[in-house]
Amino acid sequence: MSRIDRRSWLKGAAAAAGGLVAAACDRLTLNPTVQQTLARAEGLTRRTQRALFPRMALAPEFSPEDISPDFRANGTINPQDPAYVALREAGFSDYRLVVDGLVERPLALSLADLRALPARSQITRHDCVEGWSSIGKWTGARLSAVLEAAGLKEGARFVVFHCADKLEPRVDERGRYYESLDLEDAFHEQTILAYEMNDAPLPVAHGAPVRLRVERQLGYKHAKYVMRIEAVESLTPIRGGKGGFWEDRGYEWYAGI
Amino acid sequence: MPSAERPRPPMETIRRHGLVTRLTHWTNVLAVLVLLASGLQIFNAHPALYWGETSTFSRPWVAMAAVERGGEFVGLTKVGEAVFETTGVLGYSGEVRGFPAWATLPGYRSLADGRRWHFFFAWVFAINLAVYLAAGLIGGHVRRDLLPDRDQIRPRRILREIADHARLRFPRGAEAKRYNLLQKLAYLIVVFVLLPMMLLTGLCMSPAFGSVGYGLIELFGGRQSARTLHFLSASAIVLFVVVHLAMVVASGAWNNIRAMVTGRFAVRPEEAGT
Repeated sequence: MSRIDRRSWLKGAAAAAGGLVAAACDRLTLNPTVQQTLARAEGLTRRTQRALFPRMALAPEFSPEDISPDFRANGTINPQDPAYVALREAGFSDYRLVVDGLVERPLALSLADLRALPARSQITRHDCVEGWSSIGKWTGARLSAVLEAAGLKEGARFVVFHCADKLEPRVDERGRYYESLDLEDAFHEQTILAYEMNDAPLPVAHGAPVRLRVERQLGYKHAKYVMRIEAVESLTPIRGGKGGFWEDRGYEWYAGI
Repeated sequence: MPSAERPRPPMETIRRHGLVTRLTHWTNVLAVLVLLASGLQIFNAHPALYWGETSTFSRPWVAMAAVERGGEFVGLTKVGEAVFETTGVLGYSGEVRGFPAWATLPGYRSLADGRRWHFFFAWVFAINLAVYLAAGLIGGHVRRDLLPDRDQIRPRRILREIADHARLRFPRGAEAKRYNLLQKLAYLIVVFVLLPMMLLTGLCMSPAFGSVGYGLIELFGGRQSARTLHFLSASAIVLFVVVHLAMVVASGAWNNIRAMVTGRFAVRPEEAGT
């Protein structure tokens, strides 16, 4: 075998071996048992973070000069749902945030009602699961105030946020965005239903008229275009059963890392 | 001149690596491989790096992208002010993506699957590193084997070791029973700087960690700086592994690998007359 032959043979063998390893890794990734085993780390991470970090520890807050001039809008940036378009064209004057499920007093809150509730302003860093960060100022009603006004029933363990946007173009409801929190994050001081961004009404691209802010978690937990908040005992019967649009597509429900 | 009459001194076999070192070494090999490949998958979700707290989208200091030029895609990689054509590897490799399929876990694009691998093996990596460091500090491995001995840090000695290393002249006899100075420094930097940096800069990207550990994020210069340092530390580890593997091969692949598996290492006797 000449030197050139040997070299190309070695190259070919290395490429073939590499291809085998790569294919094996992909098959391993798609194996349900492997998926489940790897996903166990999420529970370990959640329990560890919750055990080590104080329950009510605040995410860092920044000063006005830190606000990003180029805060990126991700996911849906202009919902086409007819009901939403009608609301938007009327300046959200007909918007009602429905609060129902396991609550004593179901609510339908207008923007004026939300603004009348105890509010909080915070300048925080938004960390997208993709890796980028932007800083913005958010003002909104504290979610705890909304939930206290509605009064959670005994069995309520999670709150689910139903949104106006479909992130996946489908005729049925499976493409519609939703998210969920447990009560620990729902009652955190910085968890708010924001109606203002950077001292102006929340822009459509960022979730007008109301979006969730849950500052100690990744961007996809911050549901935009929130239309309804439902208190539930379990997430399993809802949609894909994993507690959110992205969670049903393989992302972690606990997005603290 | 070697002569047939002179009997070759017998090969001496020593115990080189303790059990903890061997177990944590191979666990670390697996964890780092998975973390590296799944980390590149995660990087591909936003193939750009920034300095500071936030992303200055129009001014990344590293970015990979693809542009269409004459009906064909060209992969471009920006580093600082320089832009390189990296078609086939970075920016574009059959599809628009940062790192190519062969370098990522999984090979197909999936941030969700990449994160699962990454955060499972991050635990393996962290626990393994803690075991190694605890055992190494308590058991004396660090002091005995990794910290330079007094005679190794004399200037003339250092110069000679650098010269020997560059010529791939490896020690024999008694000298081969300990690591040389450059080796010690490389291992110390890896176990006390680079590996812990991966863990700390990784934690600084966690939005929940910021609620208690913001001081550390500030120390690194902000979350996006921490992400950049995570990438740079990983690159330094890759560089170390390349040199490490080259040295393993150059100084006797079989003997070195056997030593890291069974612990037993054959020491070549001193050359006669030296």
